[in-house]
Amino acid sequence: MTATTAPTPSGDTILEAKAVTKAFGGLVAVREVDLAIPRGGIVSLIGPNGAGKTTFFNVIAGLQDPTSGVVELSGSPMIAKSIRGWLEPVIWVMPTALLVVIAMVSMSVTGSSDIGAVLLIAALVAEVLVLLAAIVRPNWYLSLLKKVGVFRSARPNDMVRAGLARTFQNIRLFQNMTAVENVLVGMHTRLHANPADAFFSSPRARREEKSAVAKAQTYLAMVGLKGRDNEISRNLPYGDQRRLELARALASEPSLLLLDEPTAGMNPNETLEMTRLIGKLRADLGLSILLIEHDMKVVMGISDRIYVLDHGELIAVGSPAEVRANPRVIEAYLGQAAS
Amino acid sequence: MSAFARLRETASQHRTMSVLIGWVIVGLGLPILASVPPLSVLQPTTLWIDGFSKAGIYVLLALGLNIVVGLAGLLDLGYAAFFAIGSYAYAFGASPQIGLHIPFWPMLLVGAAAAAMFGILLGAPTLRLRGDYLAIVTLGFGEIVPAVFLNARSVTNGTNGIGGILPPSAPGLIFTPVNPSGFYITMVLILALVMVAIYRLQDSRVGRAWMAIREDELAAASSGVNTVTTKLLAFALGASTAGLAGVFGASKLGYVGPEQFGFTVSFTVLAMVVLGGMGNVWGVAIGAFVLFEIQTVFLKQLNTFVHNLGIGFLANVNFLDYQYLLYGLALVGMMLVRPEGLFPSGRRRRELHDEPDDLGADEQGDDPSTRSVETA
Repeated sequence: MTATTAPTPSGDTILEAKAVTKAFGGLVAVREVDLAIPRGGIVSLIGPNGAGKTTFFNVIAGLQDPTSGVVELSGSPMIAKSIRGWLEPVIWVMPTALLVVIAMVSMSVTGSSDIGAVLLIAALVAEVLVLLAAIVRPNWYLSLLKKVGVFRSARPNDMVRAGLARTFQNIRLFQNMTAVENVLVGMHTRLHANPADAFFSSPRARREEKSAVAKAQTYLAMVGLKGRDNEISRNLPYGDQRRLELARALASEPSLLLLDEPTAGMNPNETLEMTRLIGKLRADLGLSILLIEHDMKVVMGISDRIYVLDHGELIAVGSPAEVRANPRVIEAYLGQAAS
Repeated sequence: MSAFARLRETASQHRTMSVLIGWVIVGLGLPILASVPPLSVLQPTTLWIDGFSKAGIYVLLALGLNIVVGLAGLLDLGYAAFFAIGSYAYAFGASPQIGLHIPFWPMLLVGAAAAAMFGILLGAPTLRLRGDYLAIVTLGFGEIVPAVFLNARSVTNGTNGIGGILPPSAPGLIFTPVNPSGFYITMVLILALVMVAIYRLQDSRVGRAWMAIREDELAAASSGVNTVTTKLLAFALGASTAGLAGVFGASKLGYVGPEQFGFTVSFTVLAMVVLGGMGNVWGVAIGAFVLFEIQTVFLKQLNTFVHNLGIGFLANVNFLDYQYLLYGLALVGMMLVRPEGLFPSGRRRRELHDEPDDLGADEQGDDPSTRSVETA
């Protein structure tokens, strides 16, 4: 877990998006957005419906590759349009090309086709392995890519491992699993039991499982779902489902939490509780938070910094007071003044 | 009911033990059942035992497919391909075809490994597909694999298949068509082992990741599950189970040919999984066993019975010919009345019935998921 440090909004940056653009065909959903989240800070992203907030979220969570721009997490680039992408297919055909050339040379030198046949089979096997590696992307493959200067965006699970967790605008729980199981899935990257551990039920795996369940229960308690462990998540009331999703996100021990409209559809009371919870989590866990929110009371109350998007473009950045007074923001939300 | 519920809860807390005890009961019970009337009247006990070991092949296949379809939610219509790969692996390893005579027991592992490898190879291109599209591609793979075995004549003898495959051998056990007891015991052992493994996987980090992918792939990825490796693992483990079944099947029959691995096999196994209750390990096993026995024994007996009635138009009806029609009807009926299968897992039942169910003690007791929590 991240060390509990006092929030230092002016400290270093945990996530930085540089000129992120995402276009769907001709429609530019997000255009050249720069955004920085200070470590320990709460940053809000607001804007009218269809402004591109969720698309931006999806890009920084690794769900969609940006059309251009870079997303850095703790200073290292994680997401960008692939660099030297054409080199990767070259790597794929390298083993075959190499072995075929060797086969042809050896056949013409020795005059026997046996060596050639063996080498061709070897080429086939090597090809299959390389293509599999391209799909599974094991570490040696990634470091090979790095060595030749190819950059590929992190996948969502890589982002989670690197310390980013998110919730969804429309709740996406594992509906038919229990609350505690949902949280346990959230802990996936922090657990290590592999299939062999499970198969042999190794003491290590059993210990891990036991402590994982205990830990999951503390996460549930943290969001106010104490004792609801075994309830099927789809049977939980709406507000509790939101909390559960939050617990699942926390379970991956993130340093940065992306919350996509955490109070959507809540009544004023629930909204207030959720706001308090978010503030408390930030203080207790030393989290940095990026928040998409429509409820201005929530946004103005807890944000250190607010970014305003409209039609995919950043129209204002600043403290809540600054943003509130910004004429462009007022215009985007309320329309132009009559005269 | 409460005694039953309590038994169930104890069983779920000591899963491995209860599975093993279950298989001891089944393994001893079936031969005893087959040696007393009414079953012993229908056909000789050895024939029953032989039938049970053949049924075991399908139970094994159904258990494997249940990993892919029931747990990970990946609809696989070409599952017979892995059965074929296991069978041919054993045929190459233990027949005069190539001249190798590797014993049965190591070949079990080799067959499983070969099938797992192809599970990964065939699974890899389908990773981005879901639902219907995945089903169509796997259906294609299921046709391609037997077609390869059919056409690679120089190695596989084409339609003639490979004969003279060695039966297993083990001290104290007899593996002959006349006395199939060795096959029966081997099958029970394999099944017990596989079932323990599946239960343990299902309740582990890996099993949770499979279920998460089945529930919501995007949310699973965003929660840190590596969907690529997790899905490939499901394909590999499902395929390796089919590989075991293939090795056993080839050693039992002493022959493999491409016609044994058609679409009907994939379809039958899928029907077994659906009828038994997707996601529920014992349910799937029972579903497979019951369907196999209906197919091989009940319909035959029905033929004899109906023909003996001497009713004119029924005298020429062969119910075995209507086997797939009956399957189809059973499946349609099932989908209408009880879509979750005969013995569903609590989770599947919830998925298929929209109304939220009350969370009584009974509901929690039979839910495999709550167990890990209760023991903690």
